[in-house]
Amino acid sequence: MNATDYIRILPELVLTVFGMIVMLIEPLLPEHNDRKGLGMLALVGSLLAIAATFYQAGYPGQAWFGMVQVDSFSVFFHLIVGFVAATVILASFEYLAVQGIRLGEYYGLILLGAVGMMLMSSAVELVLIFIALEISSISTYILAGFRRRAAISAESSLKYFLLGSFATAFFLYGVALMFGATGSTSIYPIAASLRTGAPALAYAGMALMFIGLGFKVASAPFHVWTPDVYEGAPAPVVALMSTAPKAAAFAVLLRILFAAAAPGWFWIVWCSAALSMTLGNIGALVQTNVKRMLAYSSIAHAGYLLCAFAAAKDIGISAAIFYAAAYAVMNAGAFIVIAHFASHNERYVLIDDYAGLGRRAPGLAAVLTVFLLSLIGIPITGGFFAKFYVFSAALKSDLVGLTIIGVVNSAIAAYYYLRVIVVMYMREPKEDTPIMPMPVALGVSLTAAVVVTIYLGVLPGRVLNYALQGARDLVK
Amino acid sequence: MLHLALFSFFGAICVAGAINLLAQRHPINSALSLIVVMGSLAVEFMLLGAEFVAVIQVIIYAGAIMVLFVFTIMLLNAGEEERSAGSRIAVLLGVPALLILMGLVAWVLIRQNPASGTVAAGALPGTPPEIGRLLFRDFLLPFEITSVLILIAIMGAVVLARKEH
Repeated sequence: MNATDYIRILPELVLTVFGMIVMLIEPLLPEHNDRKGLGMLALVGSLLAIAATFYQAGYPGQAWFGMVQVDSFSVFFHLIVGFVAATVILASFEYLAVQGIRLGEYYGLILLGAVGMMLMSSAVELVLIFIALEISSISTYILAGFRRRAAISAESSLKYFLLGSFATAFFLYGVALMFGATGSTSIYPIAASLRTGAPALAYAGMALMFIGLGFKVASAPFHVWTPDVYEGAPAPVVALMSTAPKAAAFAVLLRILFAAAAPGWFWIVWCSAALSMTLGNIGALVQTNVKRMLAYSSIAHAGYLLCAFAAAKDIGISAAIFYAAAYAVMNAGAFIVIAHFASHNERYVLIDDYAGLGRRAPGLAAVLTVFLLSLIGIPITGGFFAKFYVFSAALKSDLVGLTIIGVVNSAIAAYYYLRVIVVMYMREPKEDTPIMPMPVALGVSLTAAVVVTIYLGVLPGRVLNYALQGARDLVK
Repeated sequence: MLHLALFSFFGAICVAGAINLLAQRHPINSALSLIVVMGSLAVEFMLLGAEFVAVIQVIIYAGAIMVLFVFTIMLLNAGEEERSAGSRIAVLLGVPALLILMGLVAWVLIRQNPASGTVAAGALPGTPPEIGRLLFRDFLLPFEITSVLILIAIMGAVVLARKEH
């Protein structure tokens, strides 16, 4: 082992160390203290991990006997995960205090979960990918159950755990069949073996792996768990689990479908994309609970992202990578606003509760409006360019049918996002919901999310170039 | 010939144990059927020439893990499971779906490798030194990362089971 081996897993090492420090300090703290200090420590850890990622970008290549590979692709997804982890930690200080949750393990689990998510994007070996996937999943199963006084939170955690484990079994079965078909579990030897001809076993392995990953990214028809789980889980945890693990699972899917060149996935992805967009948006139309509505919307967004998979390699992959980044920032931001507004025991999560917010808390309403407009895909927000690249990549690849389904769905989606904005600005509240003052940490976290959302919408060039570079590194 | 006969015999026992595991209503009966499944799987591994995996299967799965299972079931004093309308629908939909999936996988496997033969014990790689070399060299990173996985699981158990204060 030489030093570069360690540099190539440096962000993961930093997060692991900080996660363990948080875990060790937690029992020493008096029981009734709040855990803000631990949160600050976790924040430092996640920021250092981001710094380590930038440092690591200068040392591309494989390490640990071909287990991990640092390239622009992995660096891009490391940054997404690091950014989401840091903003969610910042937003959790207030949330945990309001809900009366005094468990420092919360921060430890976010950090250690991020280790798994980051590894998923840099691993090029299916066994390691599986272990990283389990780390990321198990930490989110537990985090979903952190509102321990609410039965709905326990339900969310249990449902997520049972269905998630079931889905992971499919992934593992797929890995086993892929090993049987190619004689290797490493991405590049698999690609070399499949180039000489793909046996039927490889198709079966690919399909089973797609089922497992389809569940993790909540794409139809493996999406049924999403609304229930998002509704019950603590709102900042939803901000995390609807974005970072999803981006990581998409990274794994990109590696398996493109770098390993798994065969025969085109129509599976096509159908899954069309179904996800349609079912997600139709489901979201009839929701009265904001968390459930955004859960259905996240299913639809998984569908838009899968459109890019079906498009041609050179433009499709970079569009998918860019979409993952834009979606992570705007969706995490929206859930952080919901977390702040929800108040004790998450009492205010219905769309009607948001009535009059535009007049009573103009700042908060404006921020939420930015995220919702970005989720619709209105220009000068990141969501616009994300959708634009995805659909233009699909059109250039002659996927006219899929593009039409996507554009029609975007129009339907505009209705339910705009409904929230209309309620906030045009309707008078029936009762005055309490508006809490905005703490500094939350303000910083929301500002960061807004700035990045608008940056991606105004000056997408640099990020897009990096995404292109990542796509090139992926299929090299 | 004897090889094939033994393999089929223990394969049948393994499948029968697995079906019995699902059909039984009392968790203890299910756990005991699981031991049958694990034990006959160990014999299958042995017949395929993977002695090390066979031994591990007996020590870890049929031994250690099953003891924990049985203890937990007894400590929780779990009763018989109740069948609901939902579970009946699950059976009606699940059994055909399972048969289709298994049929597909079996068809693919047979197409992939129609030739069948026998393997002498020790003919294939998979001795403890070789496995050790793989585990602590090529797969060192996954091996170490597994400790993070276990740490998270322990933290989760502690957090979710701790009394509210």
